Amino acid sequence: MAGTAFTPSILSRPVYAGLVSRGATPAIMLAEGEGALALMALADHDPAVMGHAHIIHIPAGTGHGAALQALGPAMYHEGPTLPAVLPRLRKALGDAHMGTALYIAGTEGVIGQVTAEALAAGVAAGAISTEHHGGAARRMQCVHCKGITEDVVTDPFICSHCGLSLFVRDHFSRRLGAFQGVCVDAETPGQIPAMQEIRP
Amino acid sequence: MMLRVASVEPLSPLVTKFRFVHPDGAALPLFSGGAHVVVEMPDGEMIRRNAYSLVSDPMDGSGYEIAVRREDLGRGGSLYMHTRVAEGDLLGVGAPANLFGLDLRARKHVLVAGGIGITPFIAQIRQLTRLQLPFELHYCARSRSEAAGLALLPDLPQVHVHISDEGNRMDPAEVLSGQPLGTHAYTCGPEGLVAAMADAGARLGWPEAALHSETFLAPPPGKPFRVTLARSALTLTVGPDQSLLEALEAAGVDAPWLCRGGVCGQCETAVLSCHGRIEHHDHWLDDDEKAAQTKIMPCVSRFQGQDLILDR
Ligand code: FES
Repeated sequence: MAGTAFTPSILSRPVYAGLVSRGATPAIMLAEGEGALALMALADHDPAVMGHAHIIHIPAGTGHGAALQALGPAMYHEGPTLPAVLPRLRKALGDAHMGTALYIAGTEGVIGQVTAEALAAGVAAGAISTEHHGGAARRMQCVHCKGITEDVVTDPFICSHCGLSLFVRDHFSRRLGAFQGVCVDAETPGQIPAMQEIRP
Repeated sequence: MMLRVASVEPLSPLVTKFRFVHPDGAALPLFSGGAHVVVEMPDGEMIRRNAYSLVSDPMDGSGYEIAVRREDLGRGGSLYMHTRVAEGDLLGVGAPANLFGLDLRARKHVLVAGGIGITPFIAQIRQLTRLQLPFELHYCARSRSEAAGLALLPDLPQVHVHISDEGNRMDPAEVLSGQPLGTHAYTCGPEGLVAAMADAGARLGWPEAALHSETFLAPPPGKPFRVTLARSALTLTVGPDQSLLEALEAAGVDAPWLCRGGVCGQCETAVLSCHGRIEHHDHWLDDDEKAAQTKIMPCVSRFQGQDLILDR
């Protein structure tokens, strides 16, 4: 129930321990897609978390909106994409006080970016609870051109900015909320290993 | 380095400010807010070393200033400063070290001082003001006459004074609630104040990483005890007004240290055998380590019992 289990890897690879209630404190909750299920489980476990909660939801093709609203959060907002809800999230973080709990559930790209926003707003890493739901697609930064390619599902993949073939690393930038992609054929140009599907 | 006492200025009946300068007028190393220096006081056979927070401007190398509270029940270090040190004297003063620095990633800094615990914040306020960072300071004292910090604090709207005699006690929860995200809080003062702030922080959901503290650095006196040093093949008696570390130094045993107040971990020493009870006074070892009695911090901790054998 605590979301996707990932293969153990290097220290820099984020792990998502599952949402754990911090009780009836003010809270910002961001759920993308199936991540809504994590909020429902959280509320089921401790209904008090919703009393001062501000839920921001990105349905991403799922139909969980009504069920989330039924949990009775203090505020509910829905938007189609992360960029669309970012102004709302930034305002909520800007107005928040020390002691505000942050819950994030969804795919890695969203968890990574929302975590980065929160850290930049001054939230301590220990105050953020995360849970992974959805596919294993990654948000990748090309270490050569610095462009970011969203929803990468194969390894290697082609950088959507500079066209290099990039190897999917587990090295993760907390500041960008993205994994690093490194040129796969730098030593032997043209020799590109067969593409494989990325697994959790 | 040997520095000259340039001035001795009483701030309150119990607290005196000392200014040290280089005898040749040379510039002293700059420091950061919260840094301390260790002052050497030759006292008969032994050299006493006490750590004091610097209260002068961190960016001013023309001199170092410390504020010393007279502890009549202490081991004599502060009493020595009050009764034996005069303008013109030369004293050994170590280079500044900082074990209570500001976390400059914070969005805002909340400084809470109890009594003489105000000292590290005096330099921090100068640093924060220079960097134009948001902060507020709460200074708690029992009575106005004891509040030596008033003479050191700048007249700024961010400075709040709480005098309990005047019915104006500070409420830790009130200070910590409603602070913006990214605030860090720092407490320096008696253990009770530090505990009250940690308590209020925990109740309000503050992450531990945002709560910093420093308690007074002073080795407590106690009953004399004997200690055996396995590597040096020596047995010593630690006097009532002496710390174990001072006894090691007096015997010429090489023993590391940095803070001399039980917070830095530098002096940690392995206990090879212990029949009795170690009086742990440090903030370095955790509860399990203390209970195991296999490590001791000689700068502040003492012993009572049959015998204690250390790996020194
Ligand atoms: S010298 Fe710092 S803990 Fe003993």
